[in-house]
Amino acid sequence: MAIRNTAGSCPHVHKKIKAAFEAFDYQSNHTVDVRSIGTVVYSLGCFPSRPNLHDFVAEVGEDHTGYIHLDKFLPAMTKKPLMLFKVLDKEKKGYLESEELTKYLTQEGEPFSQGEMEEMLTALSDNDHIYYADYISQLIFDPDT
Amino acid sequence: MWHLCCYGDARKDEKTAIKAAVLIQRWVRRYMARLEMRRRYTWNIFQSIEYAGEQDQLQLSSFFSFMLNNVTHLNGNGPDLISKLMDSASDPWLENENCYNLVTVPETYTGPRLSFPLSVSDMNALLGAFKEQQTLHARYVLQLLHETRKLLKQMPNIIHLSTTYTKEITICGGDLHGQLDDLLLIFYKNGLPSAETPYVFNGDFVDRGKNSVEVMVLLFAYLLLYPDYMHLNRGNHEDHLMNLRYGFTKEVMQKYKIHGCEILQLFQDVFSLLPIATIIDGKILIVHGGISDQTDLDFLSILERHKIKSALRFPQTTVEQLSIGQSSRQVKRIRSTDSSRPSSSRSHNIQRTPHQSGSVFQLPFLDSLSAPSPPQHEQEWKQIVDILWSDPKTLKGCCPNTFRGGGCYFGPDVTRRLLLQHGLQLLIRSHECKQEGYELCHSGQVITIFSASNYYEEGSNRGAYIKVGRELMPRFYQYQVSRSTRKLTLTQRVRAAEGSAFRALKEKLFTHRSELILGFQEYDHNNTGTILVSEWAQVLETGLRLDLPWRTLRPHLVRLASGGRVDYQSCFEDMEPGVPQVEVTPNLADALFRYRKDIEIIFSIIDKDQSGLISIEEFRHTWHLFSAHLGIKIDNRAIDDLARSIDFNKDGSIDFNEFLEAFRVVHKLDNKDQPVNRIIGKE
Repeated sequence: MAIRNTAGSCPHVHKKIKAAFEAFDYQSNHTVDVRSIGTVVYSLGCFPSRPNLHDFVAEVGEDHTGYIHLDKFLPAMTKKPLMLFKVLDKEKKGYLESEELTKYLTQEGEPFSQGEMEEMLTALSDNDHIYYADYISQLIFDPDT
Repeated sequence: MWHLCCYGDARKDEKTAIKAAVLIQRWVRRYMARLEMRRRYTWNIFQSIEYAGEQDQLQLSSFFSFMLNNVTHLNGNGPDLISKLMDSASDPWLENENCYNLVTVPETYTGPRLSFPLSVSDMNALLGAFKEQQTLHARYVLQLLHETRKLLKQMPNIIHLSTTYTKEITICGGDLHGQLDDLLLIFYKNGLPSAETPYVFNGDFVDRGKNSVEVMVLLFAYLLLYPDYMHLNRGNHEDHLMNLRYGFTKEVMQKYKIHGCEILQLFQDVFSLLPIATIIDGKILIVHGGISDQTDLDFLSILERHKIKSALRFPQTTVEQLSIGQSSRQVKRIRSTDSSRPSSSRSHNIQRTPHQSGSVFQLPFLDSLSAPSPPQHEQEWKQIVDILWSDPKTLKGCCPNTFRGGGCYFGPDVTRRLLLQHGLQLLIRSHECKQEGYELCHSGQVITIFSASNYYEEGSNRGAYIKVGRELMPRFYQYQVSRSTRKLTLTQRVRAAEGSAFRALKEKLFTHRSELILGFQEYDHNNTGTILVSEWAQVLETGLRLDLPWRTLRPHLVRLASGGRVDYQSCFEDMEPGVPQVEVTPNLADALFRYRKDIEIIFSIIDKDQSGLISIEEFRHTWHLFSAHLGIKIDNRAIDDLARSIDFNKDGSIDFNEFLEAFRVVHKLDNKDQPVNRIIGKE
């Protein structure tokens, strides 16, 4: 299985997540109140539904102190998005063929037009294999902006 | 959200997959939109800065013209210094048909040797040598230019071509701008010029790139070899006054230490003899810039084109119009057409409050304008300027091109009228960089074709050329010279281009530092070092007039302070002067940073032998000229002190390049070999 990189290993993304997290870390001990975690997540450009957010909190805040630690939050934030692509990567190859991805995104969900699909591929990939782990974090947290 | 688990249930799997698709699609759409935004403003930054430079050159040239026409005596010999430049009387040596024979080629010269009349083998030798980065010996350059001049003198102003004799004609946007790689790539892809493959090159062969001489030599050599299959239109950079700012003059002087001056003078002559338009089958008009509502093709075909040595050499009465140009400078950019997507076109009709600033270019003694020059000459000048400098716009009508500072913006109605009047179908022009290398506007009646790929920055744009056959349907061919072996993704290209756009913009900010700081301080009543974002944006637009979306660019330029305010000093913190400051008074330093390029141009005009040295006396004269140009009062004694202090070896001469180096803006991080980081504010 050829996974070249793990999502979120990009320092920019880590910085961005950390910065958002720290803004709510009132005690400066790398924790954020569970009740604020939604705000942190939203501010990073992710918009989970309430039940989903609830599940997320349950997973990362398992010790029931009412606070979530950065050490748990950071890997969860960076790894979870990866699951999305993994769902599509049925054979667990670590990459998706552009044909595979095209078929998927132009037929399911809120389908892409042919033009949109081409744009996505030229923007993000330089060959036919899309190593989604490489740029998933870029796609979601867009470290350049 | 992404909270998905994989259960064994197939139906659930499917549901999960659809959910995943929806999320990925949303993210991709958002990402693509942001990327496009960045691409757009990067483009705007490059274009704004480019056109601001053109404006500066026009201002400087107009100042020269004014001085020459109106001021006979300015604290010494000011006009004498520039008269040579503006009205260069031809060197008698160059008039001699065989002067190049007096130049000997040493045995040790390993570059190509040409024999005239040129043959295909000469061309192969040239192509081979230029690929190896060799330089052609001055003797051959001189002879080539002599022969070219002779040939061009026989040519009409407007060349008429026909597709009946050839299969197809290739039209290159020109705008090669000394990018030899692009020319070679076109030849490689499309074939070398020949009876089978005739070419039209549409101006702007020189300046900016590193190989203007080579590009020019190849084009002229093919012109001599196949005068019927190679056609060159003049562009706005085939102009010795433009060459002073944009690098061709420097390139020639660096490559030809001994005969540089003669070569330049011949180039100047040859440029003024280039045809100004080409018409294919009486249906397709090809000019470099465009047209105006005054454009008269009949008049253009009979005027004496070689009289217009430079479009920047204003006829006397037109200097008056400069004051008009000044007042309308605030109108700013009209984007002719949107440079990438028709869907996102927007109109720019922003009314701006008149800006009062004493330090903008001012023409002193305007009232003293005297005897106008013959109207005939002025008319010729105006006709040619419009052809070389104009850009199309989407709105109807015709108005001065204040964003560039020269030529017109012409609307679809202007195009339609001219085409109809002459039974034409199409106007092909160049002059503007386009992301895809070409663009259609005015309902397809105007095509812009641009042949320098990566013009602003590696990856910024593609180049293109057009082929037309007998049916007169243009077909486009795009290409991009690539230095890196790996194909870059759009994201990587946008990131690279964006980085260098911000570098250029920060330099611009730094050169206007004192003026901007004054502006910021006006809003900073309590000396907190902070002002509101809106105030910051206002000051930048008023001070720089680049017509940029400052709020959008804000995170890259300045750090946020609390309460929606910015720490305005932080927009200068990445920059510093080239070398430790020479001791000068603050207002002198300001002028030096801001007008460094202008001063360099004036210095190099004075430095006739291009030694890089000028005398203290000349240095002082430059300042007299220049303080008049800027309308600022600079104390004579301060200049004298400065001159003495920088004459390091006390021999009475000043190395002005070294002097100006102190007023070059550099990026602090570059010195430390670190990547350029943006200012990351707490948001």
